[in-house]
Amino acid sequence: MSTASAAKRSMPRIALWSVLVPLFNVAVHSAIFVFLRDSALPPVLYAILAILWGVGGVYSIYWSFNWVIEQYSDVWKRRIQPFLFIGPAIGLLAWLLLIPTIRTFIMSFQDASSSKFVGFANYAAVFTNRLLLTALRNNLLWVVFGATACIILGLLIAVLADRSSFERLAKIIIFMPMAISFVAAGVIWKFIYYYQPGDEQIGLLNAIVVHFGGDPQAWTSMTQPWNNLFLIVILIWMQTGFAMVILSAALKGVPEDILEAARMDGAGEIRIFFRIIIPFISGTLLSVTTTVIVFTLKIFDVVMVMTGGQYDTEVVATQFYRQFFMYQNFGYGSTLAIVLLIAVIPVIVFNLRQIRKQGEI
Amino acid sequence: MRRRKSRRTGSKTLVNTILAVICLIWLIPTVGLLVSSFRPASDILKTGWWTVAPHRENVTKDKIQLPKDTDLRQPIEVQGKTYTDAELRKGVKAPDGSTLVWENRRARLIDIQKPGWKMNADFTLDNYKGVLTGKTYKLVQPDGSERTEKGSNLSRAFLNTIVVSIPATVIPILIASFAAYAFAWLKFPFRKTLFVMVIMLLVVPLQVALIPVSNDFAALGLNGNFLGIWIAHAGFGLPLATYFMYSYISQLPKDLFESAYMDGATNFTIFTRLILPLAVPSIASISIFQFLWVWNDYLVSLIFLGGQESVQVLSMRIANMVGSRGDAWHLLTAAAFVSMLMPLAVFFGLQRYFVRGLLGGSVKG
Repeated sequence: MSTASAAKRSMPRIALWSVLVPLFNVAVHSAIFVFLRDSALPPVLYAILAILWGVGGVYSIYWSFNWVIEQYSDVWKRRIQPFLFIGPAIGLLAWLLLIPTIRTFIMSFQDASSSKFVGFANYAAVFTNRLLLTALRNNLLWVVFGATACIILGLLIAVLADRSSFERLAKIIIFMPMAISFVAAGVIWKFIYYYQPGDEQIGLLNAIVVHFGGDPQAWTSMTQPWNNLFLIVILIWMQTGFAMVILSAALKGVPEDILEAARMDGAGEIRIFFRIIIPFISGTLLSVTTTVIVFTLKIFDVVMVMTGGQYDTEVVATQFYRQFFMYQNFGYGSTLAIVLLIAVIPVIVFNLRQIRKQGEI
Repeated sequence: MRRRKSRRTGSKTLVNTILAVICLIWLIPTVGLLVSSFRPASDILKTGWWTVAPHRENVTKDKIQLPKDTDLRQPIEVQGKTYTDAELRKGVKAPDGSTLVWENRRARLIDIQKPGWKMNADFTLDNYKGVLTGKTYKLVQPDGSERTEKGSNLSRAFLNTIVVSIPATVIPILIASFAAYAFAWLKFPFRKTLFVMVIMLLVVPLQVALIPVSNDFAALGLNGNFLGIWIAHAGFGLPLATYFMYSYISQLPKDLFESAYMDGATNFTIFTRLILPLAVPSIASISIFQFLWVWNDYLVSLIFLGGQESVQVLSMRIANMVGSRGDAWHLLTAAAFVSMLMPLAVFFGLQRYFVRGLLGGSVKG
């Protein structure tokens, strides 16, 4: 579309289009939405239509709005077009993340039904209520044991794999649980921890214990607070692969000649590891650690599926869910979410600094 | 970056052994699930899945039927010797070296067992039929009686998960790519501020947003339908997708756009004809990520989609089964494996992109 032809377009026509196209979009998509929601189509047909609409709809919205903008004069086009491109992203982010954060923050100072302000009462409750304190304690356990084990094991496996003769296969095996959902992993591990009285055990862990003459245990319910560790093992199983892949890439970036030179000087492998390799990959190590910690702080599914938060295994996220959905206590729920947010603020700051260092902003 | 391997051949065997042991430990849980999902329901409840391999165990050689009116509280006489009920429950050695154990206390039936080689390698597809078609099936209980039970129909949940996952992957990545292009190559006010916002939102925990968003969705009628969950997943996946696409698109050569612009291409055509095709590798890796995340998600579906059968996704369905039929291992294991099929296929098929996606996000710098 050339400059000349755009300039020729009359103002009223452009104005008309600017109103009609958005209206038309809203009308068509709401109509399809209502039709799909209320329809009794066969499931497979419904699925195909829904997918087509969902994917095609977004593209057609961009396309039609862009068409309108192309009618404007070049000056306005240049001003408005960037906002068409970022608009949906910024709008969604603002609606679904940014503004909710502020609203949740406000709600954390209100009572259960968000009808009146109660000051810091919710925060006081969170840090004194036994259940909520247990949740906080457990989250700490998850971060300390879970994240540490993921990083150390991930690094160990990355180092071992680098020197082994089946690196690719080993990495695939360790990494595979990343693709499995926590719910499926919950089933897998529930079966491993399964307990029934007597000598015949169908759960692997108890079978091993019985084989060596021990008594079978109900791992995830008794033995508090150690049962939390048995849940943390699941996280380690699932997340070590993540740490391993990234650390392994970083290890491969350590220049060979530095290692060679150190060996020439007679340094042992362990010394080389701690004096050269670790400092060299420290940046990556730090960012992997923060990622795993953020992830661990939000842990929800494992606990929900394995114990439902019973037997003192509650974490902040499950407590949040309970306060929000079962007790309808928006005050406590919001406060817990904000506590979680405060816990990740250092990570947000670290992230920003890291990216600023790369010169991207 | 291929590098010369094996600097120390002497310790290589040790390295290989340790790594093999770790890999074995990592594999065992999944293997156990897979093996169990093919075993008959009664076998799963009676013996561990590892007994499908040959092993020594007591094998029933003979059975003794005691009189039906035998009093279990009194010492019980079997083959001229007396045992207590508790002993027979655990299994007790008879003088001839065999083990006596109840087969069924109520029926007063005793097994005479002797050690022998055994393989419980009895496999069936019934569990999968049970979870995929929801057909009723017969369950043989340990005491020999039969019980019919209804399976759990996962095929609808499977379909629903696809309906949720595909748009919830495509939509945010399309939106993120548009935004990334604008952030990287267009000039507009507040560009930096908005981009900093995206970065900050990268690590904001989801929970912070759930209550307000769920209230909004309720007001708009978006709770419990696919549009709502697409929007939710799109919003929550956007920061990572935008940042990821930005770091790729911003590194494309500048002259590319300039020459296209000279030729009269609009930003929209540059984006759809030039950027999107060029960015396919990075779109692939972030898509895999988003797809796996959506497919495996539980919390977001639990809150925005709810438990209605017509929209329920796999993760919810299985979590419910864990709650309501925690001992129905034959169904649970098969169901869990069905839910893993798609992610594992994606993982094994596209793991190169998957790994690149991981590295793109975190290793930089």
